[in-house]
Amino acid sequence: MADYRMDADHPGVAATRGVQNVLGKPLDRIDGVAKVTGTAPYGYERRVEGDIAYGFAITAPAAKGAVRNIDTDAARALPGVIDIIVDDPRIARQAAAFAPAATGNDRIDHWDQVIGVAVAETFEAARAAARAVVVDIAVEEGRYDTLAGRNDASPPPKDSRLQDRTIGDFDGAMADGEITLDQSYSTPNHVHAAMEPHASIARWDDGALTVWSSLQILSNARNILAQAFDLPHDKVRVISPYIGGGFGGKGGIGPETVLAVIAAQKLGRPVKIAMTRQQLFHNVYRRTDTHQRLRLAADAEGRLTALGHDSLLSQGPDGGFMEPVALGSLGLYGAPARRFTHRVVTLDMVMAGAVRAPGEAVGMLALESAMDEMAEKVGLDPIEFRKRNEPEVDPTTGKPFSSRRFIECLETGAERFGWDRREATPGMRREGEWLIGMGVAGAFRINLLVTGKARVQLMPDGTATVETDMTDIGTGTYTVTAQVAGEALGLPVEQVKVALGDTAFPPGSGSGGSFGAAATASSVALACEDIVAELAKRMDADPADMTLKDGHAIAGNRRVPFSELVGSAPIEGLGTIEQGRNAETYSQAAYGAQFAEVAVNAVTGEVRVRRMLGVFDAGRILNYKTAHSQAIGGMIWGIGYALHEDAVLDKRTGQFVNHDLGEYHIPAHADVPPLDVLFLEEPDLHANPVGVKGLGELSISGAGAAVTNAIYNACGVRVRDFPLTLDKIIADLPPV
Amino acid sequence: MQFTINGTVHEADIDVRTSLLDLLREHLGLTGSKKGCDHGQCGACTVLVNGRRINSCLTLAVMHQDDEITTIEGIGTPDELAPLQAAFVKHDGFQCGYCTPGQICSATGMLDEVKKGWPSHVSEALDGQVDLTDTEISERMSGNLCRCSAYPNIVAAIREAAGLAPVEHEVVGEDA
Ligand code: FES
Ligand code: FES
Repeated sequence: MADYRMDADHPGVAATRGVQNVLGKPLDRIDGVAKVTGTAPYGYERRVEGDIAYGFAITAPAAKGAVRNIDTDAARALPGVIDIIVDDPRIARQAAAFAPAATGNDRIDHWDQVIGVAVAETFEAARAAARAVVVDIAVEEGRYDTLAGRNDASPPPKDSRLQDRTIGDFDGAMADGEITLDQSYSTPNHVHAAMEPHASIARWDDGALTVWSSLQILSNARNILAQAFDLPHDKVRVISPYIGGGFGGKGGIGPETVLAVIAAQKLGRPVKIAMTRQQLFHNVYRRTDTHQRLRLAADAEGRLTALGHDSLLSQGPDGGFMEPVALGSLGLYGAPARRFTHRVVTLDMVMAGAVRAPGEAVGMLALESAMDEMAEKVGLDPIEFRKRNEPEVDPTTGKPFSSRRFIECLETGAERFGWDRREATPGMRREGEWLIGMGVAGAFRINLLVTGKARVQLMPDGTATVETDMTDIGTGTYTVTAQVAGEALGLPVEQVKVALGDTAFPPGSGSGGSFGAAATASSVALACEDIVAELAKRMDADPADMTLKDGHAIAGNRRVPFSELVGSAPIEGLGTIEQGRNAETYSQAAYGAQFAEVAVNAVTGEVRVRRMLGVFDAGRILNYKTAHSQAIGGMIWGIGYALHEDAVLDKRTGQFVNHDLGEYHIPAHADVPPLDVLFLEEPDLHANPVGVKGLGELSISGAGAAVTNAIYNACGVRVRDFPLTLDKIIADLPPV
Repeated sequence: MQFTINGTVHEADIDVRTSLLDLLREHLGLTGSKKGCDHGQCGACTVLVNGRRINSCLTLAVMHQDDEITTIEGIGTPDELAPLQAAFVKHDGFQCGYCTPGQICSATGMLDEVKKGWPSHVSEALDGQVDLTDTEISERMSGNLCRCSAYPNIVAAIREAAGLAPVEHEVVGEDA
C-alpha cells in the first residue's frame, strides 16, 4: 500500500526514473482504434441484460410557478406507453452537482424543469407520451435579470473558494495612481455543449443498482445516488467507460439519471433515457453571466500600484457554487493594493455551476483585456507591461510559487509568433478590405490535487493491469495511464491494460478541475512503487540499483523476465495520492501565453482568426500528442468565448431562446485557423510526485482575450461586452 | 421492413416515426453512429446513403428501404482500418471520440464530392477541379461540430487520407 500525502515533495518515483522511454512520448491513443471504428461503447449504448424500456423527460413550459395539475390521461392512452411517472417525491428539480439535488415537482424554479418521465416500449412512443402530458402551471413573475437584481446581491457563500479580499489601501492607490483604468466587461451565460448528451441506463437487481452513464466523477455520482435512493454504497455501481465530452457538465449526475433509476425501480425493468439537446440547455447547470469591473492604477514606469476585480454573478434559487471570477487576478500580476469581490444575484434559472475553467475562463477575458488597455495607456508594449509586473512571490498570499515560467512563455511566444511584426498603433495593417492585428494575453489556471486511488497488477504473463474508476472524457487518461505504468514497470504500453470508468475499481479522482492527470498519474506511479519494491526483493536487489525494461528486471548481472519473477499470483500495488501541506506552502498554478492574429473586415466587421499560438507551462507533459489536443481544444473554446458563444436569455420568460446547437454557436471547422502549441516542460514536484500541472483548463484561459486584443489592434474597436459579434464591432468601425 | 446496411440485409419491425439514426442505434445495435442533437445541427449521426453523406437523425428509416446505407462500422473495422480512420488515430483527430464516426463518414462523403468536382462556398470556380486546400476542407466539414475542438487535427487527418502533404503547423513541443 503506497499512500502519499503531499505534505512535502516525494523523494522520487520509479515512473520518473524509468528507462522504458514511453512517458511523455506523443503516442497514439490506446483507445483510438475503438473510437474511430465506432466500437467504443458509450454509457447509453450498452446492451444490458433485460427487457429495456425507454424514458423521455417531461418538462415544464414555464420558469416559475406552482404546478396546479399534471394531466397524464392522453399520454397513458397512447400505444406502447408503459407508465407516466410524475408523483415520485425523489424527482430532482436540478441536475445534481455534489449532493442530491432538491426534489419535488409541485413548484417550478427554472424553465423546462424536469417534472417526470414517460416510459414506453420504444423511444418514439416515450417521446410522444411525454409531449402529450399537459402540465398546468400558475405562472408567477420571475427574476431573470442579473443587473436588475444587483442591489439584492449576496456576498460569496461561506464555502466558496474566493471570499472578499482587500490588501492595502486600494481606494487610496486608485486615487493617487498616475495612470488609472476603470472599465466594465460582461460575459453571457455559457453552456458546456458536450457532443454526447447526458444519458443513462439504470437497472436494479435484487436491491442493487447499476447505472451506465456519461459522467466525469464516478465516486461522486455513486455517493449522490446512494444518498438519493437511501442505499449502502456497495449496492450502487456506476459505469462510464467512454464519455462524449464533459467540460464540467457531468461532474455530478444528470437529471435523467434520477429519472431512469426511479422508472427502473417502479417497472422492474432496465430503463434508458437520454436528455434532448434542447432540454440540456435548461437542465444542466450553466456558467453564469458575469459583470466585471476592472480597476488598475500604475506609476509612470508602468508598474501597477493597484489591481481590483469586482464581479457580479447569478445563481439559481438554491444557491451553492459561485463562479470564482477573480482566480486569475489573484496571482498573475503584482500590485501592492489589491481588491477582489464577488456578489451573487439570485435568479429563477437553472443553477450556475462549473464549466471548463470556472473562474479564469471568463475572469481572464476581462483581466487580460484590461491589461491590454492599460499597456496602451502607460505607453508600453503589452508584453513589456506584463514583464514589469511580474511578482517575486504570489502577490496576494505572499507564498512562493511552486513553479512559474510566465515571462518565458511570453518571450518564447513573442519570438515564435513574430510579435515584432505587430504595429503598436491600431488600424495600421491592411490587406484589401481586411484590417490585420495581433494580440497577446496571459494564461493562468490554479493547480489542484485531489485524492485518487489506483490498483496496478503485474500479471503472471508479465503484462500489467491498471484499474481505477477515473474517467477518460477525451483527455487521454487511458493512454497516459498506460504510459505512467509502462515507464514505472518497464513495459511497452501495449502490455499495459487500462480499465477505467467503473466504481467496481478503486476510486480515482474523476475528471474535473484539471486535477485528473495529476491524481491519476500519481496514484498509478505510487501503486507501481509497491510492485517495484516487490520485484527488487525477488531480485535480491535494492530498487535503486534495479532497472526495469521491456518486461525484464535487470540487477547485478541478471536479466529476468517478469513472467519468471511474478509466479502464479499477480503482484499487486495500490496507490493513493492525497493533497497535503504543499498546497499551503506553495502558490500553485499553471501558466501560459496566448497569441492571436486576426483579420477584421473594414466594411462588415466580420472577424476571421488567422492563426494562434499557445505557449504553456503545465509541468510535466505525459503525452505530447494528447496534451497538444487538449491545448488546441481550449484555445478554440477561447475563440468561441471571444466571438460566438452566448446563451441568450429571454428576460420576460426566463428561457434561453437559442437552446440548440444551430443557434448557440460553438466554433465549427471553418472558424478555426492553424493553431500552434508549445509546451515549456518542467516537472513541478511540489505539486505532486509526477510533476504534472493541469492543462485542460489552462489552455482556454486568456485565449479569448488574445483574440479580442488582436481585434483592437486590427481596427481600434474595443468591445467589452462578450462575445464580439460583428454588430458590436461595426458600430465603432471607422468610416470606410 | 428490410434495410441494407454495410452490404448486409437487416430485418426490422419498426415504428414509422423511427429515424434512420434510431434504427441503427436502437434496433440494429449499430451504435457507431452517434446522436448529438437529433436535430440536424451537429453531424454526429452522419452516415452515407448511396454514397452521399446525410444526417441520419433527420430522415425516417422507412424512406430508406431501397437504399444502400454505409455507417462507420462499414467504413472499416479495428482489424482493417480505412485510411481515414488510421489517419484520425495518427493525427489525434478527436478527444472524446463522440463526433468522430460522424466526422469520418462525412469526410468520406466529402472527398467523393471533391472528386466529382462539386464546388463549395469557398471554391474559386463553380466547375472544374477542386483544389483541396485547408480552407476547402474546413468549409466542407463545417456541418460536423466537435466540442472537444479537434478541428486542426481532423483537417490534418483528412489531408493525409487524401494524399496531400502534411500541415506545417503540426509542431507539438520542445522534445516531440
Ligand atoms: S444527431 Fe443528427 S445532426 Fe446532430
Ligand atoms: S472528439 Fe469530442 S466532440 Fe469531437
